[in-house]
Amino acid sequence: MVLAVDIRNLSKDHAGEKALRGLTVGVPEPCLFGIIGADGAGKSTLMTILATLWDADQGEAKVLGRDLRKDFQSLRRDIGYMPQRFSLYQDLSVMENLDFFADIFGVTGTLKAKRKKELLDFAALTPFTRRRAGQLSGGMKQKLALACTLVHEPKLLLLDEPTVGVDPVARRDFWIMLKSLRARGITLIVSTPYMDEAALCDELILLHEGSILARGKPSQLIAAYPYRLYRVDADADVPTLTYPASKAPPEGFTLIYPSSGALHAAEPKAEKRDPFNRLRASVPHSAAVTLIQPALEDCFFALLTGAGKSTQP
Amino acid sequence: MSGYSIETTHLTRKFGAFTAVDGIDVKVAAGEVFGFLGANGAGKTTAIRMLCGLLVPTSGSGTVAGFDIIRESAQIRTRIGYMSQKFSLYPDLTVAQNLKLYGRLYGLGKADLKNRIQSMSDFLGLGPLLDKVTGELPWGWQQRLSLACANLHSPKILFLDEPTGSVDPVSRRNFWDLIHQLSGQGTTVFITSHYMDEVEYCHRLSIMIDGRIAAMGTPRALKTEHACASIHELFLKLMETNSLPATRSAP
Repeated sequence: MVLAVDIRNLSKDHAGEKALRGLTVGVPEPCLFGIIGADGAGKSTLMTILATLWDADQGEAKVLGRDLRKDFQSLRRDIGYMPQRFSLYQDLSVMENLDFFADIFGVTGTLKAKRKKELLDFAALTPFTRRRAGQLSGGMKQKLALACTLVHEPKLLLLDEPTVGVDPVARRDFWIMLKSLRARGITLIVSTPYMDEAALCDELILLHEGSILARGKPSQLIAAYPYRLYRVDADADVPTLTYPASKAPPEGFTLIYPSSGALHAAEPKAEKRDPFNRLRASVPHSAAVTLIQPALEDCFFALLTGAGKSTQP
Repeated sequence: MSGYSIETTHLTRKFGAFTAVDGIDVKVAAGEVFGFLGANGAGKTTAIRMLCGLLVPTSGSGTVAGFDIIRESAQIRTRIGYMSQKFSLYPDLTVAQNLKLYGRLYGLGKADLKNRIQSMSDFLGLGPLLDKVTGELPWGWQQRLSLACANLHSPKILFLDEPTGSVDPVSRRNFWDLIHQLSGQGTTVFITSHYMDEVEYCHRLSIMIDGRIAAMGTPRALKTEHACASIHELFLKLMETNSLPATRSAP
């Protein structure tokens, strides 16, 4: 198997904290690879190192078969990086931003014209070429930023939380674009706080305090879910059920939290008692209790809170 | 004076030929958690800026905390807290310095300020972080500090503009816990979000499309009325049936 990214034992201190602690991970080529984790888990640190903008303190990294540290200049021609914050020039038009990125990467002449046309079409921005980037809606800005990272036809794309602040429709469109890039053989590494997006990845890692807490296909992570999960719906007297994070879970349960307009309650699979009475006793206004299949968000809660790990705040 | 925390009548704002907010009528009761949803560029931020007294409506009217949004914006500003989608704190200052700065900007006296900083840091668990440099904290904590600053002067109404963008699921759950606690204490919370899962916890919500309110009600009533399993599904459905082609832009 060819690896787009091959990291061994990578460590990095940042702002006096251990941002990455001996990370080892291989990303196959091609792949739509997701990174999830709590705030401060090390997601952006990893992205910045892979983008050749920071050196790791320790460890080795090969990207597209080359050494990340020695060959950083040649690698930059094959990597597209979209940082967390909007990185375009607000006062330049859509077309001027594309021109700027093409010029930086030495894409010129008829090739430049051809790429720009393709990318404008791909990002559905052809009608807006003269609009200033600062005047675009949030979703269109992110599509333009993606188009700019693609202008030099990178083999590896690094996208750091590209859909934050983007509405649900634009977010869906953006992921259709990512899927089509994947289908063309590009490897994409994407970090996201949205679990519905994580579910669209070929493979995922969950970072926690600079280490990998879990890795696998979304279906594998869901199959490894360690609890029995119930959905608790509210009766007609209250708009929604809430359960304070500071309150201990109902008797026999490991976790309880709001999800999808209801509460999700997880208990060990060995638990034999009827869940309904125990839930009713500590959740006022609970009506129906239904056994459900976990989603990735439930896995996230189980891995980060069930193991006694604290994520803050 | 109306009994509502926020009340608007045909509130409208135009920028040249472009109508950003097109005659919206919203009533929010005291202590209510109201979700103000919409696509990027639908007009949410323009509407919030009018409610906060930062932008004058082209037509229509509104009151916030009982004061007129056109003539009494000074009174409104001391009674509301505003937390923006962009981080508005000073990253080079410590947590305590940011809190003091905001408190003084809101005109709190020395004794008041000390008490409020104490009670906000207890409430939000900021105590151990008071001497840390703000810019070096994880994002979820920075957002929590923003909430503390917006809430320092005990506002009656909190405007939270995408407070949970880029926040992980566990931290978001904890953030919403705080929102419900504030609501339980009588604070009105007017919140925008692109996470359709968390907005299910609003008491009521509206969905704005192209400057107009396309749907408003409790999450349960809206799902029943439109035969949708979730607010996410409802949002996509409304956008597909009501939206104009994507020719609008945020002002």
